[in-house]
Amino acid sequence: MPGAGSRKQRPLAPLEKGVCALSVRDRAPIVEMRNIAVTFPGVVANDDVSIDVYPGEILALLGENGAGKTTLMNVLYGLYRPDSGEIRIGGKPVGIGDPSDAIKLGIGMVHQHFMLIPPFTVAENIVLGTEPVGAGGVLDMARAVRDVKDLSAKYGLAVDPGARVETISVGMQQRVEILKSLYRGAQVLILDEPTAVLTPQEVDELAAIMRNLTSQGKSIIFITHKLKEVMAISDRVTVLRRGRVVGTVPTRETTPEDLARMMVGRDVVLSVDKGPARAGDVVLRVEDIHVKGARGLPALKGVSFDVRAGEIVGIAGIEGNGQSELVEALTGLRKVASGRISVEGRDITNRPPRDVIGKGVAHIPEDRQRRGLILSFSIAENLILERYHRPPFARGINLDFRQVRAYARKVISEFDVRTPGENVRVGSLSGGNQQKVVVARELSLEPRLLIASQPTRGLDVGAIEFVHRRLVAQRDAGKAILLVSLELDEIMSLADRILVLYEGRIVGSVRAEEATEQEIGFLMAGGRRTAADDAGAGTRTGGERDARVGSRREGVPGVAHPVTT
Amino acid sequence: MPESGRGAKASQAWRTLLQREDVRELLIPVVAVALALVLGAVLVMVGGKSPAAAYSALVRGAFGGIGNVAETLINITPLIFTGLSVAFSFRCGLFNIGAEGQLIMGQIIAAWAGFALTGLPAVVHMPLALLAGVAAGAIWGAVPGYLKARLGVHEVINTIMMNYIALYLSHYLVIGPLKAPGPLPVTPTIAPAARLWRFLPPTRLHLGVLLAVAAVWLVYYILFRTTLGYEIRAVGQNQEAARYGGISVRKNIVLAMVISGGLAGAAGAVQVLGLQHKFLDIFSFTGYGFDGIAVALLGRNHPLGVLAGACLFGTLARGAILMQSIARIPKEIIGIVQATIVLVVAADEIIRRFIAPRRKAAAATATTAAAASEVPAGGAEGGADHGA
Repeated sequence: MPGAGSRKQRPLAPLEKGVCALSVRDRAPIVEMRNIAVTFPGVVANDDVSIDVYPGEILALLGENGAGKTTLMNVLYGLYRPDSGEIRIGGKPVGIGDPSDAIKLGIGMVHQHFMLIPPFTVAENIVLGTEPVGAGGVLDMARAVRDVKDLSAKYGLAVDPGARVETISVGMQQRVEILKSLYRGAQVLILDEPTAVLTPQEVDELAAIMRNLTSQGKSIIFITHKLKEVMAISDRVTVLRRGRVVGTVPTRETTPEDLARMMVGRDVVLSVDKGPARAGDVVLRVEDIHVKGARGLPALKGVSFDVRAGEIVGIAGIEGNGQSELVEALTGLRKVASGRISVEGRDITNRPPRDVIGKGVAHIPEDRQRRGLILSFSIAENLILERYHRPPFARGINLDFRQVRAYARKVISEFDVRTPGENVRVGSLSGGNQQKVVVARELSLEPRLLIASQPTRGLDVGAIEFVHRRLVAQRDAGKAILLVSLELDEIMSLADRILVLYEGRIVGSVRAEEATEQEIGFLMAGGRRTAADDAGAGTRTGGERDARVGSRREGVPGVAHPVTT
Repeated sequence: MPESGRGAKASQAWRTLLQREDVRELLIPVVAVALALVLGAVLVMVGGKSPAAAYSALVRGAFGGIGNVAETLINITPLIFTGLSVAFSFRCGLFNIGAEGQLIMGQIIAAWAGFALTGLPAVVHMPLALLAGVAAGAIWGAVPGYLKARLGVHEVINTIMMNYIALYLSHYLVIGPLKAPGPLPVTPTIAPAARLWRFLPPTRLHLGVLLAVAAVWLVYYILFRTTLGYEIRAVGQNQEAARYGGISVRKNIVLAMVISGGLAGAAGAVQVLGLQHKFLDIFSFTGYGFDGIAVALLGRNHPLGVLAGACLFGTLARGAILMQSIARIPKEIIGIVQATIVLVVAADEIIRRFIAPRRKAAAATATTAAAASEVPAGGAEGGADHGA
């Protein structure tokens, strides 16, 4: 059983060839992990996993959620102790009992969730734990700032040492994390899903930083499930599936399709297959809404648009530009200060969520764990969240659990939720299956309008494919769909029409087939245009802005007058 | 070789069993009780007495003869109600520390309904007095519930304050408007028609114990069989998701506190109508409300767990009295045992979180132990899971 297959599929010879192409062949690997096995009760997280990392290379660790990538790296960083296997650093076998051992051996890790102290400055965060001490045991802050400046100059990681971490952008915080590892003398950097929190521009900057680091001899292990980034950034790729190594290939000798197949274990359709939209009547109409955000500041400043039956309208934008508030306002979860929202002509402005649901609005929330699911409830209980009070589930004051379970079994098989049964706690399912439960529940409402917010966040390739196909099928069945996503690729491939949200306003409306990533990226980043300075509603100025983002050829599209093809 | 093979298989079976959430839920209190009893035994030994004598006196005190069994059941009855009260609010994500105050209000109002009304037949008077007590507790719970739902005032603060208001209000009523003639601060005795039936004379065992068992069933039914229970649990587990699903969070917070308060009020009413037959001035809290918190915790907020927890605490309290008088061992030892149980059960949450990322280490230890022998394998694992 133990990993005969993986050894067969990862012969050393082609690996050497790949390394050869990168001209680091003559050097020995800096990190060797040999036959690592990690088991959790009931789960084999790593099964006979071996990887090598060479000096000066970027190794991508690719796999679906739960494939064992992070577990393997936690072993290297000393957070888990493997049941068996060996780690060699620079050719010498080592025991890594905890992260401080790892740091001493020159291994640094930047976690998916940053470990920074927000009120501290950049320099304070970087030197934390290894502070330079001056005479009399006093913290030598001047030296710390100097050290940080030197480091950031050396590796091209521009930061302001005096800025407080809570005031800088997420991309900047990530640089601080990387600098922190470098400050502690890391030769090998582990980056766990580093791009998940970044804008497309920041991803490019990170890629440049990574290149710069490797050119100075550092090695990087880059955990991801995004094929595009693997292709763009890495030198070699090790693919994991269900705790085993499927193979290691030089990036330049592979294709996204091959990698996807290795990752999922079957052929995957990477592009969304959809015909032209046949847009019908207006289902959702949003007229000049103003909404306040969590801290009472205006989050939406006059937003207007329509969504028609049979089309997918995508809302693009960088996180925090009003997307969450928009979705909450539309679904009755947040108060609208002024303006009007209607569904099929019926006013739903500031109505409680149950009324909105009753008007045929389904909502896939952006955070399935915080809002979409009750993790301690069973799958069956979660599937009736919006309709437990209606027959056939409710009978008088009673809940008819026979009906609930029968319904759950039906939905589970229809949506292919992988679970031993309908009474299983939702919290024990994988992320992808949890999302399937949410998607299944919302689509089973037979909505007129589906609001899908980040519907594939944190999902792996197979699950993304599933969700995307379902959304397109809903569109083709004549539903109106509003898709809010931070993944520009997702918007570009799914939406028929794209609206760009920037600082609470719609700053552009483009037909998807005419949009380019550069254009949208420009708008998302608040690309300066005179029209954007005007506080007017999208309805009135949308047409003008459209012209600027290149849909003039059509001559028609205003934001409130959707394109019909 | 076959020996160790079988050992490994047994350990595997144990591990699978332990992974089941419900099994672990059940195991934690059992381990806690066992640990606490061992600690109690050690303390008794330190005091130079025999633990066997102590515990046998305790068992005799609780179960020796019909009279003792009846008194034990009488002890258990209010704990079931207050345990259910706290557990019910917990299910909605609320921490009702006010069961004590709600119980006091239930007592005094049930007493008032018991003596002030006269000439009613028992079938009317008894339920009426009981309902009056339940209503008083419900109102006492509704106030902090409403404040929480409307204004977001934390229910812990408010229920504690309501406890003191109930304590001093009852004190005022019993030395003032509701005082019986005579020197003592008590209310008049309630009408015979308002009393709960004592069905096992000459013991004092009364209908209240059956009402408590019925309440266990009722709470179970509400929580797990009705749409109301679904809403309350949804709000308790994830308010954000409940709101998203169209459930009114405010309504359910108030309702949960009303029902929780009503259950605590029932505890008070049952004490007065079944046992005391009048309200006796209380100079400090009765403790039933606070013990209800421990019982709910021990019972993992499940009605059946509450029943078991109440039985345990009621039995220990009753047995401790005889243990003191026969074996001459201070009954405070039992207080320590009870406190230990609560500590271990409460600390379990921390322990569980603490060992979560290292669980495989525990499993590895268990496997090693399993190779040595069969039975201790489970023990080793249990110990590692809960005591590590």
